[in-house]
This record gives sequence, C-alpha cells and structure tokens, in this order.
Amino acid sequence: MFSNADLTAIWLTFKLATVVTVLLLIIGTPIAWWLARTRSWLKGPVSAVVALPIVLPPTVLGFYLLIAMGPDGFIGKLTLQLGLGTLAFTFWGLVVGSVFYSLPFVVQPLQNAMKALGERPLEVAATLRAGPWDRFFTVVLPLAKPGFITAAILGFAHTVGEFGVVLMIGGNIPGETRVVSVQIYDYVEAMEYARAHVLAGAMILFSFVVLLGLYGVQRNSIFWGVK
Amino acid sequence: MGLLKQLSAIVLGHLLASAASAEQIHAAVAANFLAPFKEVVNRFEHISGHRVIVSSGSSGKIFAQIQNGAPFQVFLSADQAKPEALEKAGLAAPGSRFTYATGTLVLWSTRPGFVDEDFTRLKNRDFNKLALANPRLAPYGAAAVEVLENLKLEDATRAKWVQGESIAQTYQFVASGNADLGFVALSQIMNRRHIREGSSSVIPDKLYSPIRQDAVLLKSGKDNSSAKALLNYLRSEEARGIILAHGYKIE
Repeated sequence: MFSNADLTAIWLTFKLATVVTVLLLIIGTPIAWWLARTRSWLKGPVSAVVALPIVLPPTVLGFYLLIAMGPDGFIGKLTLQLGLGTLAFTFWGLVVGSVFYSLPFVVQPLQNAMKALGERPLEVAATLRAGPWDRFFTVVLPLAKPGFITAAILGFAHTVGEFGVVLMIGGNIPGETRVVSVQIYDYVEAMEYARAHVLAGAMILFSFVVLLGLYGVQRNSIFWGVK
Repeated sequence: MGLLKQLSAIVLGHLLASAASAEQIHAAVAANFLAPFKEVVNRFEHISGHRVIVSSGSSGKIFAQIQNGAPFQVFLSADQAKPEALEKAGLAAPGSRFTYATGTLVLWSTRPGFVDEDFTRLKNRDFNKLALANPRLAPYGAAAVEVLENLKLEDATRAKWVQGESIAQTYQFVASGNADLGFVALSQIMNRRHIREGSSSVIPDKLYSPIRQDAVLLKSGKDNSSAKALLNYLRSEEARGIILAHGYKIE
C-alpha cells in the first residue's frame, strides 16, 4: 500500500514529532508553571508571544525562520559560531521550527491544568515540609497528569500535521526533511492523486484516532477532579 | 424629482456603457510569469479599457482548479503539458494554444564571484547546498536536473540538493543565503532590466530542453472577445518587448 518513499516519510514524521514532544514538555513545563503563578506584568506579553503561532500563518513563521537560520540571521550566526553549520534543510532545523510552531499547544493545556490545582495542595505540602522540587514532583505532576497527557498528544499531533513551516525551511530532502504532509503535497501537485489518497487517508485516520484518545483523556479527567 | 431622474439616467447609462464596452477578464498565470504579466495587463487595460483580474499560483494548482470549474478564461501555464491536457479534455478552446515565452535557466549565488561560466564550484562540490525546484513539479526543476545530467554531476551533487516546491521557493532558499547557489529563472534575478547582486551564469541552451510556456483560451472564454483580445495582445510586439526585458526568450 505505502511505497518506500512513503514509509521513509512516515518514519521521519514519527521521529520528528517524538523529539519535538519531548523537548516541548521540557521547555513548556517551566513556562507554563511561571505563567500559571506569576503576577508579573510580563505575563501578558509572554502569553502573547507563546500564542503567536496559533494566529500567524505558518508561511510567515517559516519565512522568518528561514531568514533567521541563514548565515546572516541571529540563529544562523549562533549555530555557525557553535560549529553546527546552518540549520535550514536539516532534521534539527525542523525540530527548532516545530518547537516554536507547536509551543502553544503544549504550554496552554499545562498552564490550565496547573492553574486548576490552586494554591491549596501546595500550601498543604509545604506545611508538611516538602521542598519546592519535592512539591513539584509529588504534588503538581501527579495532579496535573491529564494536562500533561493532553499537552503531549496535542504537541505530537500538531507537529505531525505541520506543513507550511516545514515546506519553507525543509528543502524536501528524503529521510531528512520530507515529512508526510510534504509528501502528500508533492503527490497532489504532481497529479498522482491515487498515491495522495492513500497517504492522506492514513493521515485522517491517524488524526481522528488521536483526537478520540484526547477526548477520552479529557472526559476521564473530570472524574479525577481536574479540568 | 427631476434631479433624481437625471442622476439615475446617468448611473444607468454608465452601467450600460461599461457592460457593452469594458469587460472583465479573469486570467490565471503561473507564478514565475506574474511580474511581466502584470506589466502586460497594465498596458492592455490602458489600451482596451477592459479589466483583467489576475490570479497566480503554481501551474499544477491552477490546472486542478480549472478541472474543477474555476472561473478563468485565460491560462498562462509554466509548461506545455497542462494546456495540452486541458485541450484534450475539452476544457480549452481548440487551436488557441501558443507559446508565449521560453524560460531561461541560470545558476545563481548571492555571493559575488561564487558562480562562473565553467561551474567550477559545482564541479568541485565546493558549496553547502544546491537549490533547485522539485523536478516532478516545476519545469525549471526538470531543466536543472537535465543540466546536471549533461554535466555528469547529477549523482555527485544529489546529496547536496535542496528542492523548492516552486521556482519561487528555490529563489528564496538562495536569496536568504541558506543555499550557496541554485538553479533559478533568469526572470527572477532581473531587477529593472539588470541582474541582481551576487554572481550568476546563464546556462547554455544546449544543456537543457527549452522551457516553453504555453497560454490557452479556456472553455469559459471561448466566445469572449475581450479574452481573445488579451491573448492577441500577449503576442504583440509591445508585449514581446516586456517579456524579453524580464529575461525570457521568444522563439
């Protein structure tokens, strides 16, 4: 059913989404924690920056990433100085782009879950002499678990569905930057509709199952007393 | 009351007059030809009084849209295959197809002195990435691969290829400095009749088959005299002057 090129693209997409999801949970957790607790005036601006990818067309994000990753861009200058070369047209370039692109889809569910906890469980834990790290790992993490699951699913699925950014900074290299969405686009543009249908059908099925799972998690979370 | 009557008579008169003489034409044009086409349309509108609505995109997308009933009367493709296929499918007026321009391929870098006539950097593989348009999707990409084949550099450079989905994106890859060099259309690096900064080498004709771009009158424009007039103007001396100045050839 799938050609070798399709399988390569599927595997690459899976790898990309997994790496991005892990990175986003690591980066997104402190951001969400800060946003859920802070009273700083910076909360508004930071929230807005995090949410930008929801509003911006992916081509805008991709275009600026392409320029930023170039030898004269700020990311490009940094990576060149670190001896990494430039990031455009590489797997790690896609990872950087996807982290920006999917950030709000991870930060917002985490932030909501953390906010829903309220102060009380943490205050109680503090009176029991739990340190900040201890409180985070033994109180926040278990109680906000549905939020983490939602965040991971959304981050993963959103990265799988990414297209515009990848198209702009990827360069369509098999096994390196040609992900499933780009492969589908190629088929459609080349008028190979039968091949496009197979891959696009698989994508629809995947997305449906993921969302079904997501709503399952959210329904259960009400029973756990966390919205 | 008299004034109102007079006013409505004027308005009505205008409407009738414009309906009779000035018509609207909806034209779809391949993205690579958009800039010269806008100039052609400006002149045409000025001369004829008709109005042209221009939509641009990749030829593949426009083709799919026409197949699915897009309201275009005129189509300027980036290749010959798509207008031909439309003709065969009965979606174009028979005998209306002609080559309006032939594309020129050029190897280009934003760095001065990087590209020379002998393709030294290319042959020595002394560059980070080589940008070209996806040969499956874009005629300029297919031509670029043909050039590499003829230079016997296809396999040697393949690992360094980055493919744009269109010739416009390929240009972006090079212009942003992310790819050291790339095969783009001469029309893209012509700026007010001069070649842009950097270094470039026009690829000799013998290294690739001509990139002929065909225009066709579509079924919905078959009996539309203004759409026909636009296509006729596209073949005029004046229009040819504009097309040549943008870096295309005319055979």
